[in-house]
Amino acid sequence: MAAILSKRYVHDAQAPSVSVKGVTVQYDGTRALDDVSFELVRGERVAVVGPNGAGKSTLFKVIAGVLQPTHGQVTLFGTEPQRHICVGYVPQRSQVDMSFPVNVRDVVMMGRTGRLGLLRWPTRRDRQLVQESLELVAMADLASRQIGELSGGQQQRVFIARALAQGAEIMLMDEPLTGLDVNSQEDILHILNELHRRGVTVLVATHDLNQAARCFDRVMLLNRRLIGLDYPDKILNATLLWQAYGEQLRLVETKDGAMVFSDTACSGDHLESE
Amino acid sequence: MMGEIIHLLLGPLAHPFMVRGLLASLIVGIVCAVLGTFVVLRGMAFLGDALAHTILPGVAIGYLLSGGARGPLFWWALATGVLTSIGIGAISLQGQIKEDTAIGVIFAGMFALGIALISTVRSYSVDLAHFLFGNVLAVAPSDLVLTAAFGGLVLLLILAFYKEFLVISFDPILAATLRIPSKFFHYLLLVMLAVTIVISLQTVGVGLMVAMLVTPAATSSLLTRRLPAMMAVSTAIGGFSAVAGLYLSYYANIASGAAIVLVCTGLFILAFVFAPHKGALWRALRKKGKAFA
Repeated sequence: MAAILSKRYVHDAQAPSVSVKGVTVQYDGTRALDDVSFELVRGERVAVVGPNGAGKSTLFKVIAGVLQPTHGQVTLFGTEPQRHICVGYVPQRSQVDMSFPVNVRDVVMMGRTGRLGLLRWPTRRDRQLVQESLELVAMADLASRQIGELSGGQQQRVFIARALAQGAEIMLMDEPLTGLDVNSQEDILHILNELHRRGVTVLVATHDLNQAARCFDRVMLLNRRLIGLDYPDKILNATLLWQAYGEQLRLVETKDGAMVFSDTACSGDHLESE
Repeated sequence: MMGEIIHLLLGPLAHPFMVRGLLASLIVGIVCAVLGTFVVLRGMAFLGDALAHTILPGVAIGYLLSGGARGPLFWWALATGVLTSIGIGAISLQGQIKEDTAIGVIFAGMFALGIALISTVRSYSVDLAHFLFGNVLAVAPSDLVLTAAFGGLVLLLILAFYKEFLVISFDPILAATLRIPSKFFHYLLLVMLAVTIVISLQTVGVGLMVAMLVTPAATSSLLTRRLPAMMAVSTAIGGFSAVAGLYLSYYANIASGAAIVLVCTGLFILAFVFAPHKGALWRALRKKGKAFA
């Protein structure tokens, strides 16, 4: 048994949790990612910022090992992503069929599927892990609700709980804050802090530059190429932002300093309340 | 009164061919209803319909080669069904031509080939009608055994890989990050679909197949909120429709496949209008309630 496990989940404690080297992704002639390289340490919270079509989702898919890069290499804890099931992917809500006949607990239990293996049914331990994950995101009370009956923020928390139940050590979140009201956003940011405390490496795609600066350890500026990856105060300067956003960005000088208006276009989501 | 009902129910059972027909319909109704939940959830209705039609040339070749004997037809249909399901699976994962277009082309082409082959036989119209719409009263004891064996196999596979089918249907990216072999399960589902279509050939035939797959599951989706419940209710609807349809066919003297499908459709309409929460009536009343509140 130990041999089977070690074959799959080899984690080199010294290696970076995520290492991306010279990754290029080409779709039918267009480049979604161009020679991207960086390393992340365990437990880091990184905001991934860039305009629409900057390759944020593509980058996440490459890190998750769902998409093979055209060139370059990705390693997680020292080995290629395909050998890990510790990558939690929290999808954009618009990409999930919320009318699917599953309740909150069912969705979170799906995270256990990989660990369970074929022809095994969930045990008491799995149910317990699901319960703990639900409690961590404060969704235990709504465990029997059908997922379509939840608010956007609650749905997002369910998908985070699913990644927790999966035992994710790297979490990729595709615009989890888009379209949420302020309170729901705060709930999610709170959970991110808890994940940080547990040593989970978190990458969050976001449109909100202010939030990126306020709530994350480092900020990645991406526009097909990696423009920069650094502490918020170093990354949010006019030159770099201009490189990332170009025409989509407005800089306004005020007497209190420069103000940046970012591209806040959302992909079809609407603001909604809890 | 009670005696009359019992008499009505037992009457057809005096004929062995009716008993076999009822059992075959019941098995088919149940297997289609269970597999149908995944067909509905994954949006494979058109694929199922197409797959049913592409089996026709295989059946026709078997029919011509065996000189009209029905025994070998099952295996011919099964071989064709499995081959075309894998072919269609490859096209749908390919992405060169739009999936539904590619399926449409193959489906119509194969169907035409089947009709062309059958039309070379003198008793063309009768035979074709049986393949298209089923002939449940001609189920032989050996057919019943095959139907039960392969139907049981499909149910067993769904039970065994339930959680994998659930994940690949709900969230393909999660399936990929959990390293579940999605392609394998996609093909497995298609092959199971082919097997189900083949065992349903005698009951409802090629033409009405899709109704057996889709209608009970769609009806159930209006009444339930979780997949296990959806499967259970779908099974009950599929099984009931099969048996009730056959009685209807016996007493009203109408084609059996059509009768089964009509019962299914009737239940769907009832659920569509009267289902709590998701039914049209409920929604209209709630809207009105809100307007007055």
